Amino acid sequence: MQLSRDQLLRAYRQMKVIREFEERLHVDIQTGEIAGFTHLYCGQEAVAVGVCEHLSADDKIVSTHRGHGHCLAKGCDVDGMMAEIWGSRDGLCKGKGGSMHIADVDKGMLGANGIVGAGAPIAVGAGIAAKINGKGHVSIAFSGDGACNQGTTFEAMNMAVVTKAACIFVFENNHYSEHTGFEYAVGTSKDIASRAEAFGMKVWRGDGTDFFSVFETMREVLDYVRVPGNGPAAVEFDTERFFGHFEGDPQRYRGPGELDRIRETRDCLKKFRASVTGAGLLSDGDLDTVDADVLQAIEDAVTKAKAAPRPTAEDVLEDVYISY
Amino acid sequence: MARMMYREAVLSTIAEEMERDENVVVLGEDVVGGMGTAGGPEAIGGIWSTSAGLFGKFGADRVIDTPISESAIMGAAAGLALTGKRPVAELMFADFIGVSLDQIWNQLAKFRYMFGGKTKCPAVIRMAWGAGYNAAAQHSQAVHHILTGMPGLKVVMPSTPADVKGLLRTAIRDDDPVIFLEHKALYGVKGEVPDDKDFMIPFGHARLTRAGNDVTIVSTGLLLGFCEAVADKLAAEGIGCDVIDLRTTSPLDEEAILDSVEVTGRLVVVDETNPRCSLAGDICAMVAEKAFASLKAPPLSVTPPHTPVPFARELETAYLPSIPKIEAAVRKVLSYR
Repeated sequence: MQLSRDQLLRAYRQMKVIREFEERLHVDIQTGEIAGFTHLYCGQEAVAVGVCEHLSADDKIVSTHRGHGHCLAKGCDVDGMMAEIWGSRDGLCKGKGGSMHIADVDKGMLGANGIVGAGAPIAVGAGIAAKINGKGHVSIAFSGDGACNQGTTFEAMNMAVVTKAACIFVFENNHYSEHTGFEYAVGTSKDIASRAEAFGMKVWRGDGTDFFSVFETMREVLDYVRVPGNGPAAVEFDTERFFGHFEGDPQRYRGPGELDRIRETRDCLKKFRASVTGAGLLSDGDLDTVDADVLQAIEDAVTKAKAAPRPTAEDVLEDVYISY
Repeated sequence: MARMMYREAVLSTIAEEMERDENVVVLGEDVVGGMGTAGGPEAIGGIWSTSAGLFGKFGADRVIDTPISESAIMGAAAGLALTGKRPVAELMFADFIGVSLDQIWNQLAKFRYMFGGKTKCPAVIRMAWGAGYNAAAQHSQAVHHILTGMPGLKVVMPSTPADVKGLLRTAIRDDDPVIFLEHKALYGVKGEVPDDKDFMIPFGHARLTRAGNDVTIVSTGLLLGFCEAVADKLAAEGIGCDVIDLRTTSPLDEEAILDSVEVTGRLVVVDETNPRCSLAGDICAMVAEKAFASLKAPPLSVTPPHTPVPFARELETAYLPSIPKIEAAVRKVLSYR
């Protein structure tokens, strides 16, 4: 199905927002002004956006420690996220969560997650709720090739099949679980989707560096899972991580020229631009305008985050319980 | 009032709350039982019979029989709670927090705080706990001190059928995650239970089960009854004991304890957790910090030793606090000069 001009511009903008959000963090973190651990999503934008462009706020996602892209793609506020990562009181989580715990439940974003593999069981719960409600909504568990080795992920896949949860396991294979290669750590035929298949799920595979591959694959997956009674499904997207596991990671595990090569040949934004301009759907000028807008939006977000009020010592005690 | 067993109070409260609120769902291993067998569904209804009949009444969408996957059960409860349901999840034995703790501690307990107060997580995690069944080291433990130390969780420990009723209803209607600990040696105990389908007991309000001016005894669960027996025996000698049933360990009714110690000046805490970093130690320390001037004797705790729970009858009996051990501790604080 052909996307409209507006849809194409929106998808590009969403990917570009993630890219520039992360590129800017990569620069600002080096100044030492941003506290804590940060894991950048750069390189995987086509997956988050190709999945989330199909979703409404009633569809839920559960994310990972590398969660900024999923949050932004699901509609979390750019300013609120930047403020959160800068630890401001105006942050999306009032400075209580930081990079690894950004959430916006009203938008269907049930949280990034600092524990690798913890998200899948939570997504199963949301998928059971979606099944009970019977309105064709779904939940999505984003997991990496690292999380695919966690027992929680196995339990979640089996539980989803047994309970016929309306749940989709999206595996983003960026070839690295922290600092260890996928070739080493994933034993099953170097193939995550086949694991999911062994649990009794219908599975798909796609190119996670190509927005259109992700988008069209997800259309099929969602058409299937939104049908009441069909139960869960899984999809594996092959993708790339442009930065290290965490900011500050010296990445000594990378091969010679690897980062330059993937930036050159596996960049979803470059691929998108080539594809839409080649087909005459959008012009370079259209995309350049988006680029400029996004850069300005990120600049504004950083300016606001730096100026935003800091949390106070009294805030430590707030929001542990609703009542106690 | 109706007379019923502790286990029946669990089941009837869940059934009443499921009737009242369609968002209440039950999940856990064998909560239906018999799924995929020749015997068919409801061959069991929970190994504690605390979900018997719910499947037939409320159907598979609301009574969810799960595989043996404790992490996934706790995680699913978290996901259900984040998306508008009120899950009542059963962890068959409290000991199994070992295989599911991440979802309880790092997920359920922390969502509200990590997300800046913008969500609620109304999940109840029911767990059978405690020794007395000769079930040995992996099926007999008291773990409430671990869970009580986790911010974001409420920890509830009913000691009577009436308290099961009032506290479980409060737990199911509460918007925070609640750990509901059912002592397995109490499941068969009978008691009077109010009929009112809105009967609720607020958290953080301890219950004074015996009143006296000479010593304060704090306990909960199976051991509460032992403490009451000691108090009754000493009452015949003219020694008065306040016996305080904590009901909830998080929140903790510090005021009830401190008010009592202010009068008695003597404290014995009786608990089933191991002694190090324990509930008993926590309460003794709290009283020492906040009511030192009232104390006439050092606070004492009566707990099992720093060992796993043993199997053989003689060993388990030796492990657990007993009526004689509690009585000896009370006499010791009374005789302190």
